[in-house]
Amino acid sequence: MATVDIRNVRKSYGPVEAIKGIDIAIRDGEFLVLLGPSGCGKSTLLRMVAGLETITGGEVAIGGRVVNQLDPKDRDIAMVFQNYALYPHMTVFDNMAYGLKIRGLPKAEIRARVDKAAAILELGRFLDRRPSQLSGGQRQRVAMGRAIVREPAAFLFDEPLSNLDAKLRTQMRVEIKRLQDRLRITSLYVTHDQVEAMTLADRILVMNHGVAEQIGTPLEVYQRPASLFVAGFIGSPPMNVLDGRIDDRGEAVDLAGGIRLALPQPRLSDAGRAVKLGVRPEHLATADSGFAIEVELVEALGADTVVYGRLAGGESLLVRVAGLPTCRNGDRLTVAPPPDALHLFDAVTGRRLEG
Amino acid sequence: MQRRVTFDSRLLPYLLLAPQVAVTLVFFIWPAAQAIWQSVHLQDAFGIRSEFVWFENFTYVLSDPNYLDTLKTTVIFSVAVTVLAMGVALLLAVLADSKIKGARVYKTLLIWPYALAPAVAAVLWMFIFNPDIGSFGRALRAFGYDWDYRLNGGQALAMVILAASWKQVSYNFIFFLAGLQAIPRSVMEAASIDGAGPARRFWTITFPLLSPTTFFLLVVDMVYAFFETFGTIHALTQGGPGKATETLIFRVYQDGVVNNDLGGSSAQSVILMVIVIALTAVQFRFVERKVHYA
Ligand SMILES: Nc1ncnc2c1ncn2[C@@H]1O[C@H](COP(=O)(O)OP(=O)(O)OP(=O)(O)O)[C@@H](O)[C@H]1O
Ligand SMILES: [Mg+2]
Repeated sequence: MATVDIRNVRKSYGPVEAIKGIDIAIRDGEFLVLLGPSGCGKSTLLRMVAGLETITGGEVAIGGRVVNQLDPKDRDIAMVFQNYALYPHMTVFDNMAYGLKIRGLPKAEIRARVDKAAAILELGRFLDRRPSQLSGGQRQRVAMGRAIVREPAAFLFDEPLSNLDAKLRTQMRVEIKRLQDRLRITSLYVTHDQVEAMTLADRILVMNHGVAEQIGTPLEVYQRPASLFVAGFIGSPPMNVLDGRIDDRGEAVDLAGGIRLALPQPRLSDAGRAVKLGVRPEHLATADSGFAIEVELVEALGADTVVYGRLAGGESLLVRVAGLPTCRNGDRLTVAPPPDALHLFDAVTGRRLEG
Repeated sequence: MQRRVTFDSRLLPYLLLAPQVAVTLVFFIWPAAQAIWQSVHLQDAFGIRSEFVWFENFTYVLSDPNYLDTLKTTVIFSVAVTVLAMGVALLLAVLADSKIKGARVYKTLLIWPYALAPAVAAVLWMFIFNPDIGSFGRALRAFGYDWDYRLNGGQALAMVILAASWKQVSYNFIFFLAGLQAIPRSVMEAASIDGAGPARRFWTITFPLLSPTTFFLLVVDMVYAFFETFGTIHALTQGGPGKATETLIFRVYQDGVVNNDLGGSSAQSVILMVIVIALTAVQFRFVERKVHYA
């Protein structure tokens, strides 16, 4: 067990800067999820921690020891790859035992550790098989097993579930969560799936273009997104964003079409400021006044319903309500959020207006 | 799933196969049949009459102590060529596979020797190793080493082994490189995270995963060393000095074409054919078991 400290880490590929200075201290036993869109640098950051990529600038420390110059084998980490990266010519047992044999553990100890991991992951029946004789989910479990038996200081996962179908992915996600609760090993987990991030993480690091947009618990990231980017990335369907302006007394937001929403607390210092107003679809409910929309499309998902509406000014507005649909295409509705569900972002920088 | 291609015409498949079959018939089956026919006949000195002699040619060939010497030379030569050509090619392929500057140029240059005719390659080697005009040969002599492959049989054998291997390295290199590039990078990365250093990664991951390639090249290289090195030996040493570089295939030519002993030479061809078929069968039977096909 160990802490992992990432201090102002940078990575350049020639003139291109893929990671532009990331800082985070991961606590002992913490499960940190790196979340972001494709190409934002998640894998690059993870691979620098693993030692598979050189570090252009800054420091990575595992268990308090700076590892910048160490080979992967000396960092005491285990990694689970997206394509599993199992050794195709070895049995499941040998795949899991490989790292232990190299470390020179006694045979009995190796046997015991592999058997234990196989029991946890329900792989006991497959120990003599080759990876090619396993299903995708089973291979994924072998890859996890190979990491577990090592009892490393930290686990690194690079999109371990993205090659699985939806049902298996959900199942494995729950299994990883259970494992984590049981083993409590410091973990870095890369994904672009927000559900994985929300359910697994102790904290989420939301990345965009090589910078950390926000670091926080899943609920913090959901309830107080630090930027428009985070607001749009977390939540499904995504947050509605509308252009607005805080009135001269700092008490309300004026939107196009004469809509006016009162702020929970007055914001005198922001009076007159151009803002982006964010409202989550699930926070909108029918009301006497607020957004008047014309219903364009209704998606019934069973447990809830997503309504695609259009405002008089032409902007679209998504509404998510619990239960079965109560409206039809062409209906006119008025919906409004409670005052404390408004998110305000600077119109220019996209950063959240705090307070 | 198997895809079946069907032809509208019944004739078309045979027509499409015909050129290949014709080539095989004319250049392999026909000469092989002739060799077998001649190996059981004895011709008179003028090549006018021939007489059926059962296996007399074979007993004659096999009881010749010179023939057993040639067999020994052939075994040394073939094993050395195979090991050297594969070893060097594997080393070069591993280097080319790791990211180095100018890898493309390096790869292209390595493939060139394969495009060279054996005789041309042999002339090239002569310009290097000739004791009088060869750059390396003269250098050796200048350092006081008594280098003359025209007199020293061991040196001559070493030289033809080197020359024959060199030509085959390119071929092996292409296959090894392709084999290496088919190994997923993440598998090697997983091994290095699991604690394996470069040498262990090579022996426990790379080498086993290359085994189909290695096995294929083993068979090909053996056949090459037995049959296709005639040109190299002919151009470099003509089997000499003495019979130091005379391999089975060279002796077939020597006895048949130069000494005009068609019966004995044909018997040798048949023996050679049987040896290579047996070797290949043995390789498939015993070595292939250890091969892992992913
Ligand atoms: N070897 C390389 N040479 C040059 N640029 C690279 C290299 N590897 C990655 N990059 C660039 O660095 C950026 C980050 O890549 P990275 O693989 O970390 O993205 P990612 O967030 O893991 O994306 P994905 O979700 O698609 O896996 C990308 O813009 C990519 O083009
Ligand atoms: Mg990635």
